[in-house]
Amino acid sequence: MPDAGPIDCDVHPFVPSLKALHPYLDRFWRDTFVRRGLEELNSTSYPTVNPLTARADWREPGGKPPATPGRLAANVLDPMGTRLAICNCLYGVQLLYNEDMAIALTRALNDWIAREWLDADPRLRASIVVAPQNPGAAAEEIDRCAADPRFVQVLMLVSGEAPLGKRQHWPIFKAAQRNNLALGIHAGSAYRTPVTAVGWPSTFTEDYVNQAQAFQAGLTSLLAEGVFTKFPDLTVVLIESGVTWLPAHVQRLTKTWKGVRPDIPWVVQAPDEIMRARVRLTVQPFDGPPDAHGLERILDHLGSDEILLFATDYPHWQFEGLEALPPGIPEGLRWKMMVENPLRTYVRLKQTLGETVT
Amino acid sequence: MNVDVLNRSGVLPAASVRAAIADCDIHPRVTGYDALAPWLSKQWREHLATFGMTHRQPFEKGAAYPKSQPMASRRDAWPPGGTPGSDLAFMARQHLDPNNVALGILNPLTPSGQGAMNPDLSAAVTHAVNEWQVAHWTSRDSRLKASVVVPYEDAAASAREIELRAGDPSFAQVLLLTRTAEPLGQRRYWPIYEAAAAAGLPVGIHAFGFGGWPITSAGWPSHYIEEAVGHAQCCQSVLTSLILEGVFERFPALKIVLVEAGFAWAPPLAWRLDRNWAKLKQEVPRAARMPSEYIRSQVWFTTQPMEEPEPRTNLLDTIEWMGWDRLLFATDYPHWDFDDPAAALPLRLTEDQRGAVFRGNARAVYGF
Repeated sequence: MPDAGPIDCDVHPFVPSLKALHPYLDRFWRDTFVRRGLEELNSTSYPTVNPLTARADWREPGGKPPATPGRLAANVLDPMGTRLAICNCLYGVQLLYNEDMAIALTRALNDWIAREWLDADPRLRASIVVAPQNPGAAAEEIDRCAADPRFVQVLMLVSGEAPLGKRQHWPIFKAAQRNNLALGIHAGSAYRTPVTAVGWPSTFTEDYVNQAQAFQAGLTSLLAEGVFTKFPDLTVVLIESGVTWLPAHVQRLTKTWKGVRPDIPWVVQAPDEIMRARVRLTVQPFDGPPDAHGLERILDHLGSDEILLFATDYPHWQFEGLEALPPGIPEGLRWKMMVENPLRTYVRLKQTLGETVT
Repeated sequence: MNVDVLNRSGVLPAASVRAAIADCDIHPRVTGYDALAPWLSKQWREHLATFGMTHRQPFEKGAAYPKSQPMASRRDAWPPGGTPGSDLAFMARQHLDPNNVALGILNPLTPSGQGAMNPDLSAAVTHAVNEWQVAHWTSRDSRLKASVVVPYEDAAASAREIELRAGDPSFAQVLLLTRTAEPLGQRRYWPIYEAAAAAGLPVGIHAFGFGGWPITSAGWPSHYIEEAVGHAQCCQSVLTSLILEGVFERFPALKIVLVEAGFAWAPPLAWRLDRNWAKLKQEVPRAARMPSEYIRSQVWFTTQPMEEPEPRTNLLDTIEWMGWDRLLFATDYPHWDFDDPAAALPLRLTEDQRGAVFRGNARAVYGF
């Protein structure tokens, strides 16, 4: 087993245009999009031209983000010897105000992922994209897609219409748990409210930096509303969060919980213990300190070698060449991040391993 | 594997902390608008009597997220017949004398006029609160220094108030709140920084306020704990805005003190900022230097409520990353999460480190 390749827990299939989803839509929606001139749904969180959205040497000729499984294989899977990779599609379905349109598009998107990506490369797995605008329909979509064992996670944005843990989202969590799917929370916003608590920022840079604060608030919400208590088998994966903000945040949360426990009486275990048991984080970006000693210390502050998951965040520009891990990660931890932790986090991965790994 | 979670070998006995301290976050409280009457015009006295003062929040009075106890205060901090923080003699007996506070920075919160919905009322009340601080506090106890509260949503009016206080030794800093209508780095607020830098006053930015925006990027959370912890994220957004909009670059003499927002988040935020600045600086040319350099040279943090890792000694890494000259001890008296100087910071520190955090850094920032 030690020679088996890494499991990449965050790669992004890029939808080249809305037209790519037309074959997976019914006639009403296809006609609607054509008649009304809707051509793409790329989010402000990841403008396609922005340097962070796609690394320069991975872009298609002409500059578009790479958009095929073949390019994914050639750019990272083959050269890294990747064993499995989890596709997290960031098309803007969660951003729509029309929930019928959002539901139709999530169905199309998940079918597109299965047919165009999972069928194309046996190393690929995927997250079920849902529209939290309608949690009941999202739960139905989870049950529908979960019949395909290659879906291993439910995907939500960290900033949607309401704080993540709110009871209105619980049908989604219930469906994820009953299908043994992890709950993946990815950077990005539906922009119902500014990404900061003090209004709209001026630049992409500011928006992107603030995604780490969005994750802190999202984690607080999941804890405070009692999601970890109510769904004991649900694992939460924070994707593209930045990672190193975690210790300070959990310390603050735990300290405050000790002071005001009656505010959330259903949380009976210390938040830091809950986090270590139930929360996982992908390691690109890592936002580590600039020196080796600092890296060693912050890894120690994280308090567990079981919470980090290897990820490239392909094609987002997080690293150069094939150096997808910050230099200085100890060998034992590398192995856990690349293989052991992903297999434990995504329990459905094992169901399909026999078919693809020799 | 060694299980070491309860190791307290780094804990210093309480009795050893009795040296003089600087307390950089004390909350005096205005008891009713009548207390401000001497410094309000007839128009504003009548306005307050007829219309009161409202903020960008749901309730006329009190917090949208009910505090954990009345006025978020220690149960023992109520003077006879008064409210916590309203009585100097009581505060001196309970806090300033026994804790040997040599320098106390006053940060008046509600009802200070800051963030009031009506901008003219905000200007009138903040001005009166500054006069009240001098009349009731700093002129009666030389250990105490006031903060210039300003109607920060109106930067021109704020600058006028700062100019009025320039050179007055009763005032130690300008006070803003974190929850503003727009991120504090944006140019509409720059006259405040210009006036503060010209007056040689640091700008303290205290957690809380009334910007009208939800405290999370996904809307309004449900519980007090979410708001309380959320202030740390809000403060990170404020610091990010100040750096990326170029405030530190434009005002190199400006000192920013972040009050009551914790501090262990600062090193990871600096790493994240540096990393993304390296890739994206073309978009943020006003931040000419690496973001961490601004934090390292122009930003200070008060200690309360400090993060408490297990083991506690992990906090030493955090402070090393920040620099021992960045932390200002604060109690947050009279609030419920008050830090007792004898028990806070339970770490084995050198005399120099202890002296810096409890006194020296405050002297360097505030110049007293």
